[in-house]
Amino acid sequence: MKWDEFFVTGEPMIYAAMVSIVLVSIAIPAGLTYFKKWGYLWNNWLTTVDHKKIGIMYIIAALLMLFRGGVDALLMRAQTAIPENGLLDGQHYNEIFTTHGIIMILFMAMPFIIGLMNVVVPLQIGARDVAFPRLNAISFWLFFFGAMLLNISFVIGGSPDAGWSAYFPLASLEFSPTVGNNYYSLALQIAGIGTLMTGINFLVTILKMRAPGMKLMKMPMFTWSILITSVIIIFAFPVLTVALALMMLDRQFGTQFFAMQNGGMDMLWANLFWVWGHPEVYIVILPAFGIYSEIIATFARKNLYGYKSMVYSMIAISLLSFLVWVHHFYTMGHGVMVNSVFSITTMAIAIPTGVKIFNWLFTLRRGKISFTTPMLYALAFIPIFTIGGVTGVMLAMASADYQYHNTMFLVAHFHYVLIPGTVFGVIAGFHYWFPKVFGFKLNERLGKWAFWFITISFNVTFFPLFILGLNGMTRRMYTYSASTGYGPLNMLSMVGAVGLTIGFILLVYNIYWSTRYEPREVTGDPWDARSLEWSTPSPLPEYNFAITPAVDELDAFWFAKKTNKSLFEGEYEPIHMPNNSGLPFIMGIAFFFFGFFMVFSWWIPAVVAGLVILGTMAYRTFEQDHGHYISVEEIERTENALRGENS
Amino acid sequence: MKIDHSLPLEYSTEENKLKILGFWIFLGAEIVLFSTLFAVYFTLQGNFADGPSASQIFELTPVMIETILLLTSSFTIGLGIHAMRIGSKKAMMTFFGITLLLGLGFLGVEITEFVTYVHEGATMQTSAFLSGLFTLLGTHGAHVTFGLLWGGAILYQVKKRGLTPETANKSFIFSLYWHFLDVVWIFIFSFVYLKGMM
Repeated sequence: MKWDEFFVTGEPMIYAAMVSIVLVSIAIPAGLTYFKKWGYLWNNWLTTVDHKKIGIMYIIAALLMLFRGGVDALLMRAQTAIPENGLLDGQHYNEIFTTHGIIMILFMAMPFIIGLMNVVVPLQIGARDVAFPRLNAISFWLFFFGAMLLNISFVIGGSPDAGWSAYFPLASLEFSPTVGNNYYSLALQIAGIGTLMTGINFLVTILKMRAPGMKLMKMPMFTWSILITSVIIIFAFPVLTVALALMMLDRQFGTQFFAMQNGGMDMLWANLFWVWGHPEVYIVILPAFGIYSEIIATFARKNLYGYKSMVYSMIAISLLSFLVWVHHFYTMGHGVMVNSVFSITTMAIAIPTGVKIFNWLFTLRRGKISFTTPMLYALAFIPIFTIGGVTGVMLAMASADYQYHNTMFLVAHFHYVLIPGTVFGVIAGFHYWFPKVFGFKLNERLGKWAFWFITISFNVTFFPLFILGLNGMTRRMYTYSASTGYGPLNMLSMVGAVGLTIGFILLVYNIYWSTRYEPREVTGDPWDARSLEWSTPSPLPEYNFAITPAVDELDAFWFAKKTNKSLFEGEYEPIHMPNNSGLPFIMGIAFFFFGFFMVFSWWIPAVVAGLVILGTMAYRTFEQDHGHYISVEEIERTENALRGENS
Repeated sequence: MKIDHSLPLEYSTEENKLKILGFWIFLGAEIVLFSTLFAVYFTLQGNFADGPSASQIFELTPVMIETILLLTSSFTIGLGIHAMRIGSKKAMMTFFGITLLLGLGFLGVEITEFVTYVHEGATMQTSAFLSGLFTLLGTHGAHVTFGLLWGGAILYQVKKRGLTPETANKSFIFSLYWHFLDVVWIFIFSFVYLKGMM
């Protein structure tokens, strides 16, 4: 391989990206050395097994990826804003819509949700950490290095360019000869293993580590949503593992799974991908439903309406999510019977989802609603998501789908579901739980400015796409002629995209501004909320709860406040906590290099990196690490410092 | 670390209980993984294109040997866990050792079988059927290989540290893994080999 094949060449934007990557890679170590922060970084972050810090790292990574995926989106909108635009060529455009999809779903939505669940779930159930803290760190580093591996693809070797769904035969070696889709199969594999481990970890945590008295039906709704999401992860991700492995075998080892000859079956890929891919949609949406349930109940000052039906509808959604995958390719020529069955199962999902929507509306009814930033996102979610849901039912009708399939109508639909669903959800959750983690709120005024920018611009960006789609504009089309008449609406969509960008910049600016100027919050319960996480001081001590809370009802903290009773009875006892470890980080790096060498089919270095991975596992099994105890005196000292002012 | 002596050693601490439950759930994910591979194999079973079909390459003798070796190893690891429960370190180590040797034997026969296939012109690249076959068998074989390394490491720890809540927990979890591989093999034996030879 020659150097000019190794590095992507010939595009000024790519050169600019290379220069910026080099500058950042020099600036970070230089900055760390100058400010003498290497030890801090290593001891407090890279080796941490604390669920709160891991959650924060997930969210930081997700925000970075939001901007990386956002730049892709802006480029796409800019390219299609006017007819016959020459900003990007076809190949570059293909790469950009592919990485936009992968990054936004797998490296933005997923880690944002996993980050929030890391921070919140142990607190909501009254636990001191997750079931397997070390495994949790491994999950994070596998996700992180998987994401990094995919991100270097656009300067080294070329990005995947066959769409985020990477359909065969387009994604085969014959039609996608660059290493781009090797990156796809390996980076997603590495991150996917991490996600599977997260699923197992949180299922065990929720099943086994709840505070005494917290029955399953007394858990906060967000924890319920994560329980169900974890089950979906455990059943869906192994299918992705297999699909990606077969893809790698086909592309790099000459097998015939998805080939056009020798008995291969390209449709097999589409089926495997969507058997994972559709549940994946619910993996990113159900936690957001959980977040909205918490926020709406808190800011309407009412119990969540229809608690049990909320739980049952999520269970119904999780089962149905595995029975609808064919609706992604109605037009690929299976019979009427198959299409009809999947049409009905798909429409059926609207029923439990509708139940949830009505439950939120009934929770709001006669509530004393306070319009905080998180609540605004939750309120905006309901109508906008309903538009997404209703267009989903339109798409579910197989015969009508022949008209909508692969048009901008579909693109508009899933953005109308995923953005108000997942993105608004995680942003709302971010604003809601931010004071718990950092001890101060995000500024409400800036938050609301960002909210209005994001919500209005979102509709300006994506509503025109419905009309464009109905007029016949197909997705993934890098340019079009003026005679099609698509120009004006695409231009409008571009204007919306700029507004969205401003909104997201405001959101991040708010973090900076609030860190500097927002007053510190001392009660630990800034929103007068309901669940256990608000019963702890903010920012949180390492061990979360000095005394394990005793719970006997749903929203125990809320009722404890009303009746002036304490959830924490008993004496301080020494608390057992896990030790930090550098091993997960090292393992992540080894996986990164393994993936990188595999991408380029450099077998010997790949084998060496593989052995290093095995070595880290062997080190772990021989290591004896029993954690450490926090003494009663230290707990007293910490608690007095944190609660001193108000106890 | 609180140790509850009313329970078997492998369940005796809170951490141990969590690990066993976590591993059961991991096995659930493994079932999905193998189910997907089986589904792929069954889908592609008839697609042997210009290459040999299942009935042309499968032979009963090596497969029977593999089956007997692996099923016996599942029995011996059960005896090993029984020995562990009654606190006999030596018997436990012996049975674990026999298990690993049987596993090694299984792997040897499987590798020989793969070599035979390749010599007969039935490679992973020949047809979609063979791609599916080699991937399914190879994934199971890779699990056995990993199990040998893992089991060896545990055996060494039991030898060095004795039967502690930690080593007992690891041994028990390893036995779950090993039984699971046996179950997968029963499906491979019945639905890949026997069905393929019919």
